[in-house]
Amino acid sequence: MKIAIPAEDKSMDASIYESFGRSPYILLYNTITKEGEFLDNKAVVAQGGAGVRMAQVVADNGVKSLITLRCGENAEKALSSAEVFIYKGIQGTVKQNIKKFIAEELYLLDEFHEGFHGH
Amino acid sequence: MKIAVLSGKGGTGKTLVSVNLAATTNESVYIDCDVEEPNGHLFFKPHNVSKKNISVKIPTADENLCNGCRKCVEFCKFNALAYINKKLIVFNEVCHSCGGCSLLCPEKAISEREKIIGEVQTGVSDNVTVITGILNTGEASGVPIIKSLLDNEEAGKREYTFIDCPPGSACVVMESIKDADYCILVAEPTLFGEHNLNMVYELVKLFNKPFGVVLNKCLDGENPSEKFCIDNNIKILGKIPFDNEIGKINSNALILVRENEKYREIFSSLLKIVAKEVEYETAINS
Repeated sequence: MKIAIPAEDKSMDASIYESFGRSPYILLYNTITKEGEFLDNKAVVAQGGAGVRMAQVVADNGVKSLITLRCGENAEKALSSAEVFIYKGIQGTVKQNIKKFIAEELYLLDEFHEGFHGH
Repeated sequence: MKIAVLSGKGGTGKTLVSVNLAATTNESVYIDCDVEEPNGHLFFKPHNVSKKNISVKIPTADENLCNGCRKCVEFCKFNALAYINKKLIVFNEVCHSCGGCSLLCPEKAISEREKIIGEVQTGVSDNVTVITGILNTGEASGVPIIKSLLDNEEAGKREYTFIDCPPGSACVVMESIKDADYCILVAEPTLFGEHNLNMVYELVKLFNKPFGVVLNKCLDGENPSEKFCIDNNIKILGKIPFDNEIGKINSNALILVRENEKYREIFSSLLKIVAKEVEYETAINS
């Protein structure tokens, strides 16, 4: 299964990034083949809708589960349309989060913040 | 002449200055651009109020016509559109109503519908035409309302138009001062006040607007905002004292210059100085 995690850097030892939409990178990780790929987030400096943009990328890459510390309402709407499950990550590295996810120790995120739209 | 009154934060006295200057003139227009919390009307209590709804255009997609080319998704720089599970999703509150997606769609699958985001109220209070912009709660941007306020046919009809700006230095403030002939920056006598003054100072410089500062709530002793003006060679238009009576009159939603001759004199002399400044600026720029 393909999962996604926002990452501070292009490394498995990098920390999970605190925000989803504004994360500099996103890791796409295949839990079966154990292969991962870091994508740049073009929406880092977007004037708005960064979460929507990131959700589009996640959806387009066939991701089934997203691990994130927080997620906005708009991204949630887009992700749920794409049938992506959103799990609440833990403070720590990308690797630690993958481990927790595989061990089924993460829970679904149940709080979604309002957008910080750049008006 | 159009005179905008602004400050880097709320509560410094933008409304106090603009309402009282407007009330001091023989004839003027007062425009409240602080559309998230307009309060000038509380002082003016205008009558014969007419209301006009303000709406923006929001895209809506026809699923049967959309072929999923994503041209609109790629085009939208605000990321207000997503194409997920073979369906176009529009995020209304992210949309800036530029209309680009509907122009661009090769399948003509996107049309626009009106969405009301607030209203403009126009009324009269003695010598002042009072125009108030109101943004509905929950709406993201007041810019369309401010545009409509400043396009109002009443604006510019009188000798003086006073524009009461929103606090800060963001988009809504830029929109409010865009067509102003002169900017009055209102500042408090604190370090925080000086910081906020610097924010709007940078903004008016960026916009190349002639400007001056009104120092409000002045006490004896050090005034960091005054020092900032002196250090940067900024014209100080006037000072309003920290005064319990001003606070009392203001908190009863009364207009200083209509209550007490003493205050009428303060604002009359301020108006004269501002008018002179504007004339001077107009002369050297024409």
